Amino acid sequence: MTDNPILEIDNLSVAYETGRSAVKNVSASIVRNAITAIMGPSGCGKSTLLRAVNRMHELYPSIKTTGDIRLDGESIFSMPVIELRRRIGMVFQRPNPFPNMTIYENVVAGYTLNDIRLKKTQRDDIVEKALHSVTLWDEVKDSLFRKGTFLSGGQQQRLCIARAIAFNPEILLLDEPTSALDPVATAKVEDLLGELKKEYTLLLVTHNMSQAARISDDSMFMYLGELVESGKTETLFTNPHDQRTEAYLTGKFG
Amino acid sequence: MGGDRITRGVLFGSSLIIVLLSGGIILSLTGGAIPAFKEFGLRFIFSTQWDPTAGKESYGAMAFIAGTVITSLLALIICIPMAFSASLFISEYFKGTRGADILRGLVDLLAGIPSIVYGFWGFYALRPLIISTGLSDQGFGIFTASLVLAIMIVPYATSISSEIIAMVPVELKEAAYSMGATRREVIFNVVIPSARSGIMASFILALGRALGETMAVTMLIGNANIIPKGLFSPGNTMASVIANQFGEASGLKMSALIATGLLLFAITAIVNALGKIVIKRFA
Amino acid sequence: MTKEIFLNENIRQRNRKNKRFRWLVIAGSVITIIPIFLIVANLAVKGVRQINISFFTETAPDTFQAMIATSNGEIIPGGIANGLMGSLLMVIIASLMSIPVGMMTGIYIYENSTSRYASFVRSISEILQGVPSIILGIIAYLWIVKGVTRGYSAFAGSVALTIMMLPLIIRSTEETMKMIPLPIREAAFALGVPYYKMIIKVLIPCSFSGLATGILLALSRILGETAPLMLTALGSPAISLDIAKPVSAVPLLIWDFYNDPNMVNLVWSASLFLMIFVLSLNLLSRSLAAKHKYI
Repeated sequence: MTDNPILEIDNLSVAYETGRSAVKNVSASIVRNAITAIMGPSGCGKSTLLRAVNRMHELYPSIKTTGDIRLDGESIFSMPVIELRRRIGMVFQRPNPFPNMTIYENVVAGYTLNDIRLKKTQRDDIVEKALHSVTLWDEVKDSLFRKGTFLSGGQQQRLCIARAIAFNPEILLLDEPTSALDPVATAKVEDLLGELKKEYTLLLVTHNMSQAARISDDSMFMYLGELVESGKTETLFTNPHDQRTEAYLTGKFG
Repeated sequence: MGGDRITRGVLFGSSLIIVLLSGGIILSLTGGAIPAFKEFGLRFIFSTQWDPTAGKESYGAMAFIAGTVITSLLALIICIPMAFSASLFISEYFKGTRGADILRGLVDLLAGIPSIVYGFWGFYALRPLIISTGLSDQGFGIFTASLVLAIMIVPYATSISSEIIAMVPVELKEAAYSMGATRREVIFNVVIPSARSGIMASFILALGRALGETMAVTMLIGNANIIPKGLFSPGNTMASVIANQFGEASGLKMSALIATGLLLFAITAIVNALGKIVIKRFA
Repeated sequence: MTKEIFLNENIRQRNRKNKRFRWLVIAGSVITIIPIFLIVANLAVKGVRQINISFFTETAPDTFQAMIATSNGEIIPGGIANGLMGSLLMVIIASLMSIPVGMMTGIYIYENSTSRYASFVRSISEILQGVPSIILGIIAYLWIVKGVTRGYSAFAGSVALTIMMLPLIIRSTEETMKMIPLPIREAAFALGVPYYKMIIKVLIPCSFSGLATGILLALSRILGETAPLMLTALGSPAISLDIAKPVSAVPLLIWDFYNDPNMVNLVWSASLFLMIFVLSLNLLSRSLAAKHKYI
């Protein structure tokens, strides 16, 4: 797609048990400082693909992966998983701030979890900057040392995004980050993603076509584990090459 | 529909039996304890003297209260790393595997072995081992009793702890993993803090078990009516003194033993209630 | 700024700590279950010698017989028949008293789960379950030994065991009833079935294996109980089926043998038998419970 992709997925297959592949021979390139949306009906393997990118599937030993993913030309399977996950952050479907930590502690959780000791001033900086980036600072600056559980769903999700970017990753994986949110909160998060792509590369899984159309630069359409079509979002939506893509976009299934 | 009313009446009557039974237990214990408390007042609780010599009888339960608390707490301390490892094995590291099922089954079996078998095994198998370490001449005492007690309460602590650990949401663990945390770091930063009160409750309830254990402790603690002076000193617990002396007791001594039972009842009830409260707050 | 911190940070050390902790957990788990193997092996090796037909058919020997046999290097004559009969007698009486009352109370709590009285009864039952068994021995002594049978008796032992069984039966009844789908009860009611018939013909059969599990588990718990029986049934050298007289029980025999240096060999056998019996009941109830879950 471009000459300098940040992430290259090369003939990747992911199987849950023997014989049942969730992702089949997918190859794709992800463009730097852009939002790439992965779309498709539920069960098409889009979340599985996303989770393979920071090797989350290794938590479940029955999942087998073949093929390769390269981050800046280097295979992610040959780097320490700790380093990989530090460079690739993740935001989940349902907001999941740590209930035992305060808002402040949640933002710096990446550092605490990785046993990285910081000076208080450094921590304060990181927290303020990250919360500003997700436009949450003004809302929570007076309750930084309270547990994050009183926040609304949208605020919690923005807190989770702050937690991911506080760690300064290169890529942010987002697994249907707005599917548990109301329309107002969704709009806020979408605006935020548009801002974040200036600094980060965003890979977004969504089952919501209009969301993909609204905010993504590039799109990938997956169906039954296969990558059917990918390209500029505009092209994909206005002039799909594959019948299945067209059928999905016009609401024939999904 | 008159028949239905009779059925309901019978069911209600059964439930009333439970209420009356429990009320009766408290009344009988209290009634039986009155002579001892009348004679010695609060001294019965705080005195360590237990002298059945006719004419200058004097009874105080402090030595047994101390013995009970010390053995139970020591057992709890020994039990914690074991139950904790087993819980993490079952509900974290090997969750859902055959290995976890087997371990859970074996730990449950520990709860099935009768107390007297533990006591006997402790006497003939464990005691010589402790003597051979040179730490104790007789092999009896606080430590031996606590060690066996710890093995006995492990299954109670493990079953609740492992259930609670299994309930920690996957999303929270994945969030931590996605930031590069290792499994150990996820356990200490996410799993344990999330399951904290449940784990605590499981240990409180295990403590409640330890407090009332009778036979194994009676056979291993050495039965001396003194406040234990060290890990290998003999002692007596409230339960073991009742088991040992109730048979030949009468009069004031009988009342003192019943009063000891009443204290034991109160302590276990408080500890168990505390555990239940902690667990309810968690759920 | 952050990149620098990353570089300073030692991934290898963290991975090592991670591995070490995993092995610690595995080691701790293995240590936890070692006692069960040690106990089983110990009892099996030392106890199996004495187990033969007469072990089950004859009453306990006296200390002289045992002493002579031991000094001649023979196995101790006699067995645990008096204990077996006593245990059987007391467990049957305790079951007859506790199972109906416990089941009816459990059904009452389940049927009135919203009422405050029912949850009060449930709490009381929970407290009862936590009461140390030796205290129930004191209670049965005060009520039955002193009040009814005027002396140590099988009945007093049964009462202590009854109080131990009740909360277990109540709880398992309530838990199993909760698993019966509501439509089944409603269907029975819709047919105009009288309440007691619904209980006998619908609730109890539907929850049969759950109830059986609870009862077996309760039995496995009381069969090994010693402390309350020391204060109530006392023990008896002969087989007795008179509920107003003292009787022996297998755990009481173990206690007697334990206190008699000549009888040590017999304790191993009696302990082995008691453990196998109790663990089998325990396993049986659990395999029943596992089956029940998949229905």
